[in-house]
Amino acid sequence: MDQQAIFLTLRLASITTLILLVIAVPLGYWLAYGEARWKSMVEAAVALPLVLPPTVLGFYLLVLLGPRTAPGRMLAGVFGHPLAFSFAGLVVGSVVFSLPFAVQPITSGFRSVDPEIREAAELLSPDRGRILARVLLPLIRPFLLTAAVLTFTHTVGEFGVVLMIGGGIPGVTRTLSISIYDQVQDFAYVQANHTALLLVSLSFLALLIIYGRRERAGV
Amino acid sequence: MSEYLQVEIEHALGDWALHVSCKLSDPWTVLFGPSGAGKTSVLRVLAGLMRPDRGRVVLLGRTLVDTSSGMWVGPARRGIGFVTQRPMLFPNMNVTDNVAFGLSGNSRARVGEMLALFEAGHLAKRMPGELSGGEKQRVALARALAPEPRMLLLDEPFAGLDAELKGGILERLTAWLGTREVPALYVSHDVVEVFQTGADVVVMDGGEIRAHGPARVVLASHRDQLLRQLGGENS
Repeated sequence: MDQQAIFLTLRLASITTLILLVIAVPLGYWLAYGEARWKSMVEAAVALPLVLPPTVLGFYLLVLLGPRTAPGRMLAGVFGHPLAFSFAGLVVGSVVFSLPFAVQPITSGFRSVDPEIREAAELLSPDRGRILARVLLPLIRPFLLTAAVLTFTHTVGEFGVVLMIGGGIPGVTRTLSISIYDQVQDFAYVQANHTALLLVSLSFLALLIIYGRRERAGV
Repeated sequence: MSEYLQVEIEHALGDWALHVSCKLSDPWTVLFGPSGAGKTSVLRVLAGLMRPDRGRVVLLGRTLVDTSSGMWVGPARRGIGFVTQRPMLFPNMNVTDNVAFGLSGNSRARVGEMLALFEAGHLAKRMPGELSGGEKQRVALARALAPEPRMLLLDEPFAGLDAELKGGILERLTAWLGTREVPALYVSHDVVEVFQTGADVVVMDGGEIRAHGPARVVLASHRDQLLRQLGGENS
């Protein structure tokens, strides 16, 4: 089995999940409680990766991260190299591609909190950070877990975007799903089968965690 | 007590509107009226949970809301305690942490004092899910009073409690408020209770104030109307 690809995939999924949880909590809070008129536009943009073919998203990200665009040149300046066909580029692509899997459960979590509980907290403390940390986040813990598990497993199974942005360079951008593709191209069906089984097991375990928790919580 | 609260608010609520203008000076004032009269909306504006379309709220000389100048003081900075019919305790915290939430610094002694006031000291380590309705309400009161509010709003907090329990809580509560000269605005449907408290009454209906004055005067002059309202509610 391609151990390099396993570690690279797990590293990519862990970093993506951490970044997305940091982004999705304030974004989900704003989507749940904000009053801006253009909120629905942001919500639609966040959900876009769910309906776009991964190759379309990968193509635009490749162009955006390349040296011909201003954001691409700026990011190349920050990282010291162009982001396309690099691990950092994969992280950016994964964050964009998995955005709805993190934001939507967390937004639903915030919306599920009884408004009167939030008001009770607002009457007692002017500190929104404290209300978030001590009241809201503990109450939406199952939704945070769902967001983390879905983001992680979705990143592990990503193919189109990774192929477009990363190109499948061994040890740099070749993840498990690209590894399977390469193994099949080389008629190495036994190795492809082992890698595929690993992905199936990971995904099943993740779903088991979510549904197991729901059952214990009586949801 | 001299005039402590001035309210002048207008707010559209679906197909009806709130038009309220009054000045309160009795430390225990009852807001009385049928369901849908706008009583809860008034309390929500006072607490800072609802922004009125137009108006002004001044509590003890401090302007909390003034839509003409854009003045708006957030709920936690108003120094107003608010207890509703549903005691909204934080389900992830035990009773002590619930009561301590509005306090800063070392607050254990204060929490103990407030729980003792409502005979809830033995509940300190319990989670809200383990409490009865009456116990939850006593903890909610302790939590609202712990930060020493300048005014207390009570939106039918004792509905559903038995008369003996309600009487005991009311007695302790009014004694605490009286000692500290903290005024309270109390929403009630109960005519007998309004007479018992001997407070000033503000009668609301259709989003407007219909009468304001001592209970025996106001309730007597609106006897027929009140009987109709109560009859309508009970039917």
